[in-house]
Formats: sequence, C-alpha cells, structure tokens
Amino acid sequence: MKAAVAGVGYTSLVRESGRSVLSLAAEACRAAVTDAGLDLAEVDGIVSFSVMHDSVPGQAVATALGLPGLRLGLDLDLGGQAPCYLVALAADAVASGRARNVLVFRALNGRSGARVGTMQFAGMGAPYRYPIGYDAYLMYVGMWAQRFLYETGQGAEDLGAVAIAQRAFAAGNDRALRRRPLTLEDYLGEPFVAEPYRPSDCTVEVDGACAVLVTSLPRARDLRHSPAVVASGSYWAGPRSGLDIGDHLLWDDYTRNYTSGLRDELFGRAGVAPADIDLAEIYDCFTSTVLIGLEGLGFCERGGSGALVRSGATAPGGSLPVNTNGGLLAEGYLHGMNTVAEAVLQVQGRGGGRQVPAHEVCAVTSGALMDGSALVLTADR
Amino acid sequence: MSPPAPDLESAPFWAGLRSGRVLLQECTTCQRRRLPRMPGCPYCAAPGAVDVEVPGTGTVYSWVRVHRDLGAGAVADLPYAVVTVDLDGGGRIFGRIEPAAAAAIGLPVEPFFVEHGERTELRFRPARSSGTGAG
Repeated sequence: MKAAVAGVGYTSLVRESGRSVLSLAAEACRAAVTDAGLDLAEVDGIVSFSVMHDSVPGQAVATALGLPGLRLGLDLDLGGQAPCYLVALAADAVASGRARNVLVFRALNGRSGARVGTMQFAGMGAPYRYPIGYDAYLMYVGMWAQRFLYETGQGAEDLGAVAIAQRAFAAGNDRALRRRPLTLEDYLGEPFVAEPYRPSDCTVEVDGACAVLVTSLPRARDLRHSPAVVASGSYWAGPRSGLDIGDHLLWDDYTRNYTSGLRDELFGRAGVAPADIDLAEIYDCFTSTVLIGLEGLGFCERGGSGALVRSGATAPGGSLPVNTNGGLLAEGYLHGMNTVAEAVLQVQGRGGGRQVPAHEVCAVTSGALMDGSALVLTADR
Repeated sequence: MSPPAPDLESAPFWAGLRSGRVLLQECTTCQRRRLPRMPGCPYCAAPGAVDVEVPGTGTVYSWVRVHRDLGAGAVADLPYAVVTVDLDGGGRIFGRIEPAAAAAIGLPVEPFFVEHGERTELRFRPARSSGTGAG
C-alpha cells in the first residue's frame, strides 16, 4: 500500500517565540492534522529529530495533544539530514500497517535558544575542531564549498545566483523572514562571514515548528486535500561519513555529497528520471548545497549548476523551480522540515502566489554533507 | 576557545603535539593513516593500528577564512583561516594557517607548534620550499 502526505502545519517563524518548544511542536502538529481534515485521535505515530537535545520527544507532544496512544515513536538524533528520511520511514510504517497516521515534526527555539549555527557538536571528532576555531557549522559546509567551486570552476556569482533566485520566490511567501529582492550587486557588496559565504549565502535561524501528516494513499484520498504521494524515499550515508555531525576528515571528496550516492535508488524506485522532475526543493542551509545538490541529482552536468541557476531555470517562471518558498535561506531554518512541507503544498497545488505551474513530480532533499535523505513526491496519478 | 577534551582514543595525539610531534594511527593491515583516532580501520575494517610519527607536511585540500565572530571566542584572531591538509604519506587533518591570506588550494604547507600553556596547537604555514617566502 502506498503512503501519502495529507496535510502540513506551521507555527509562525520568529526570532524570539517566548514559548516552550513543546508549545511550538504541539501547535504545528495540531495544525497539520487539522489541515489534513483528520481527527487528532486518529494519530497513532509521531516521529521527530533534534540536534543536541534542542527539541522535545514525540511522547511529550502526544501527551500535550491528548492522543489516545502511539504505535510508532522515534526521536532521531540527527539534523537536517532527517526530514525526508523520517517521512520515508513514516510511509513505510503506514505501508506495513505498523501505524495508520503519522506526524513528522521539527520544533525548536533555534534563534532565541540553542543555535545550531554556533553550537558545539559532541563526538569524537570534536576535539580536533573546536580548539582551533573551526567551530561553526557554516565553516564545515564552507570548507566543502571552497573545494567544490575550485574543482568545478565556479565562483561567487554562482553562489549569489542561488540566493537571488530564491529571494524572488520568497517575495510571494508571507512566512519568509527575508523577502526583500536581492541583486548581484547587493550580494557581492556584502562582507564575508566566512569565505566563501556572505550573509545571503546563509540560512536565517528562527524559532518555530513545522509538521506533516503521513497516511495511507486510500485514506488520503478521502481527506481534505489531494494527496502528495510518497513515490520513493532514500537515506544514504557514504563510506567514512565521520564520527559526528561535524567530522568530515575521512570524507574523500568535498565536491560530492549524499545526493550523488542516493540518486539512482531514489529515482529508480519512483520510476522517474531527472528530466521528469517538475520542481525541486533542495536543502539549503547554505547556497552551495543547492549547487552540489543540482549536480548530485543529475539536473545538470558537473560544474553546470551555477550556469543553470544563472539562466533563471530555478527561479519563478523557470523550467525547474527550486526552493519555491525561498528555501531555508529566506523562509527560515527549520532544518528542512519546511522544505518538505513546501514540496507538499506545491504538489497539492496549494502554493498560493508562488505556486509553480507544473507540479506533478517533485524531488526533495534533506542534508548538506556526508549523509542525507530525499523523497520523490507526486500528484495522485 | 575550549581546549580539546582528550578521550582514551585521542590522548596519544595530544601528547604527541606536546612534544612537537605529529602522530597518526596507521593500519597494520592496509597501512592507511587516519584521523580522528578510532578503534578500527575505516578503510579495511582491521582492528590493528600503530602510531607513526609523520613530518606534518602536506598540501592544502581546501580552506575557509573566518571574518566574523561566530560566538566561539576567537574574536582577537579575526580574520583567520582554517585549512584541510592532505598530509604527505596519507591522512587528512585540519589546522590554522598563518598568514591567513596565504590559504589556497594546492599550497604546500609545513607544520609548526603553538604553545597555549595547557595545550599545544598544530598550525601550518607555507612550506619553505614552496618559494612563497612566508615560511
């Protein structure tokens, strides 16, 4: 039996929520269930993820929502690699009968509380990084970006093009924190945070929560919105993917991430090819991960991602719209849960002013470096 | 910046730096060198390893140059650069490079040691033989 995403829920995304993470999580989960048109009591699974204990367990959310009980619970110790993976696991659970209706959520006070951008990740790779000032996540992704740009002959204008294209989508998204249009001149005029990144290359940290509701395809057909069918889902961690989330010393090739590793399985299981994809929501904690993802998923030749973005193909009106909510760069850093939710809205045709015209087949990714996950979501065809 | 918190696995590496030596684990089966230190070979899965002292020279694989305080306390050093170095003989390591402006992919580098009282830090500079004159 196939599974589908039937609803999405968000809190507002703000710089200081003044609320508990549990309150944010419960609001987003309740909203997703309501959006689907389901009764809360029908939810029998909750899965989520967190980094360094910055969230609350699914059990707490089930308690706060007064659920009768759970048959599936999973609190994954994983960052932005997790959302597509958890939706895939939820879909498998629904398909196998382990659970009927599963909430997948991410909730955090990621701006006013513990900030992933500057927190120290525990692990046995950590002592080699933090004492030398190699101590922020953007430095690690930046280290990859620098090598990627060098090997593929790309540069600042290619990174900037990603931020510019996504900002154009964000203008039509009331939820987005950065909605002001960006020009290349603006971009190049920004001082570096850490080379090769300027502020517009970096996601904006927020407080908030987002959730999606996964159910069976037959059940989804009876609910409020048209189903976003989970056509395939993959997780992949490559060889020597490290001892902790910030450890990439043993990774051979900083120019290729997990997207290269999971592409064939992801598209093969869904029975699609890159050319069949109408739109893509590509994890973008930083601009470079969009370029690496475009190349890794096979949307262009190696070294061709910057040219693809500069051509306007990924922008509003383009042939392969990418990050139609403005992405994590502009909407806010809910660690890719909102990336999945945006894909669902687009496939369902509920993208409002930023709805893209062709939205039958959507690729979504979660993660930036050694490991990550991805989905193909399709309309109910 | 916090000092490293040596664990049972990594303690020999930090002790090596205290005496001006760069020690890497080398697999006794496939002879590949590795860092971080760990209890098995990530290439061939063999458990056996010996510590080898390496010259610490190598080539810059990639780099970042940090311009803004990101909350970790290295403000006085801004801007500074961190390089990923492919060590001669195998193995990869992170370290600061001085001067920060010298950071470049493909640059040959050599190690030097900076004393911080309670710990010794491995840093890199352009190799004297590279002709940059910065060594």
